[in-house]
Amino acid sequence: MSLDQNDIAKLARLARINIAESDTAELSQRIGDILNMVDAMQAVDTSNVLPMANPHDAVQRLRADEVNETNQREHFQKIAPQTADGLYLVPQVIE
Amino acid sequence: MPNHTIADILRGLEAKTFSSEEITQQYLDAIAKHDGNFNSFITVTPDQALAQARAADTARQNGSAGALCGVPIAHKDIFCTEGVRTSCASKMLDNFIAPYNATVVERLANAGVVTLGKTNLDEFAMGSSNETSFYGAVRNPWNTDCVPGGSSGGSAAAIAAGLAPAATGTDTGGSIRQPAALCGLTGLKPTYGRVSRYGMIAFASSLDQGGPMAKTAEDNALLLQAMAGFDHRDSTSMDLPVPDYRAGLNKDLSGLKIGVPKEYFSDGLDPEIASAIEASLDEYRKMGAEIKSISLPHTHLAVPCYYIIAPAEASANLSRFDGVRYGYRCENPKDLDDLYTRTRAEGFGEEVKRRILIGTYALSSGFYDAYYRKAQQIRRLIKQDFDEAFKSVDIIAGPTTPNPAFALGEKVSDPVTMYLEDIYTIAVNLAGLPAISLPAGFTKGKPIGLQLIGRDFDETTLLAAAHQYQQRSDWHQQAAPGSV
Repeated sequence: MSLDQNDIAKLARLARINIAESDTAELSQRIGDILNMVDAMQAVDTSNVLPMANPHDAVQRLRADEVNETNQREHFQKIAPQTADGLYLVPQVIE
Repeated sequence: MPNHTIADILRGLEAKTFSSEEITQQYLDAIAKHDGNFNSFITVTPDQALAQARAADTARQNGSAGALCGVPIAHKDIFCTEGVRTSCASKMLDNFIAPYNATVVERLANAGVVTLGKTNLDEFAMGSSNETSFYGAVRNPWNTDCVPGGSSGGSAAAIAAGLAPAATGTDTGGSIRQPAALCGLTGLKPTYGRVSRYGMIAFASSLDQGGPMAKTAEDNALLLQAMAGFDHRDSTSMDLPVPDYRAGLNKDLSGLKIGVPKEYFSDGLDPEIASAIEASLDEYRKMGAEIKSISLPHTHLAVPCYYIIAPAEASANLSRFDGVRYGYRCENPKDLDDLYTRTRAEGFGEEVKRRILIGTYALSSGFYDAYYRKAQQIRRLIKQDFDEAFKSVDIIAGPTTPNPAFALGEKVSDPVTMYLEDIYTIAVNLAGLPAISLPAGFTKGKPIGLQLIGRDFDETTLLAAAHQYQQRSDWHQQAAPGSV
């Protein structure tokens, strides 16, 4: 399994990580090595095996629908890069 | 001071041989003087530590001391500590002052511990050598040209160097046990769901588990007692009673059935590690245990399976680091997309980016069944291997790592070789089981780790087996040549 420059560009796009073109060759080599290692799984017939997402096969625990958190907006926004009037600021999205 | 265990410190505090303030000051002085050799701490919190120590001394005088009152420890810098930088060893969180405490931090504080500071790790706990840290590599006190292991390498090096008697760690694929093995310590990965993950920065949520690292099994029992238990803030926390771990240390182990997987003694294993493990099994025989050969036939698939599941979960978990609400933000973003993509390109290191991309690939349209679903199916086969084995044995024993500590820089350019160093630890996380690594000898001056794997939620038997071995051996009492 190997990934070409277009594959890396697509992944970078999906993951929202800017990848410099000069880094794609090495990245595709490294990721290719890992995918080759991972390919050992394909030799095993798993057609009747249920996928396991949680080691105890536990399901999501639900809580009672009660208010149990207080609003701490100011506390949390103290560490934000940029805020105004209680809002997080990002570059303008809508023209 | 350097070779003090938590149990020693508690005895000294109870007998008033020293105060918490005095012993805390000694550790802080040692860190200031010697950590330049190891780089085991990212942040040291002397003012806070001394304030906590004085409060602990007062509590002890008033008779209101918690179980660990006045004992200084360090936290892996992946646990959120309110008001203190929590960096996860990443540029992304270099400026992140956590607004709340992790449950583990809160519970240990309630038990009275004093926090010396935050220890170094592989960036976002992704690594087996502590070389991917934004704050630089950590050095192994047994041989400063070698890695301490990872990802909890700073915690391991700090303890081995005598800069803290114990520390917290986290283990996603071996990150407590492997550095414990490489630094001559005892470290426990609890059963998945035993210790709350709330406030522990997520890497791979179905695998991550926090746990203790210290010199002895007894200290691990003391720490786990304070850390373990149900937490409604972690949706995967298990609501089960927590046994008295210290009381269980001396439980009768005669007739204990120990399974030894033949797959753990294959070609890649260092022969001196193999003989040290054989010798420790002989010791268990003398203690009345029965040693049985077993098979875990899917062992060779654990690393491949892990390197799909862990990156897939990481790619989802790390999507939160986008430069909007906290952490690093790139300079002068020209639009929102530029803000996201450049913040993440500049804020994450190479290993983290590589794993996010692999995870993204495994979860992407057209590849999900071949990779992610396949890995989840293999995961069940691995779990079933253990279920089958535990029908005839009580615990499973083998080496923690195939090799002792390797040289700094030796494997950093070849990720796959590095990943394969975790071959004996990774399956345990996939199966969610508890496991402990304890010192079992040396090869060429480097420590060897014995791994014991237990049944779900049976940390008691692991701690007892480790403790009783430590009553008959002194590997865990050896001091690293580089220690204080």
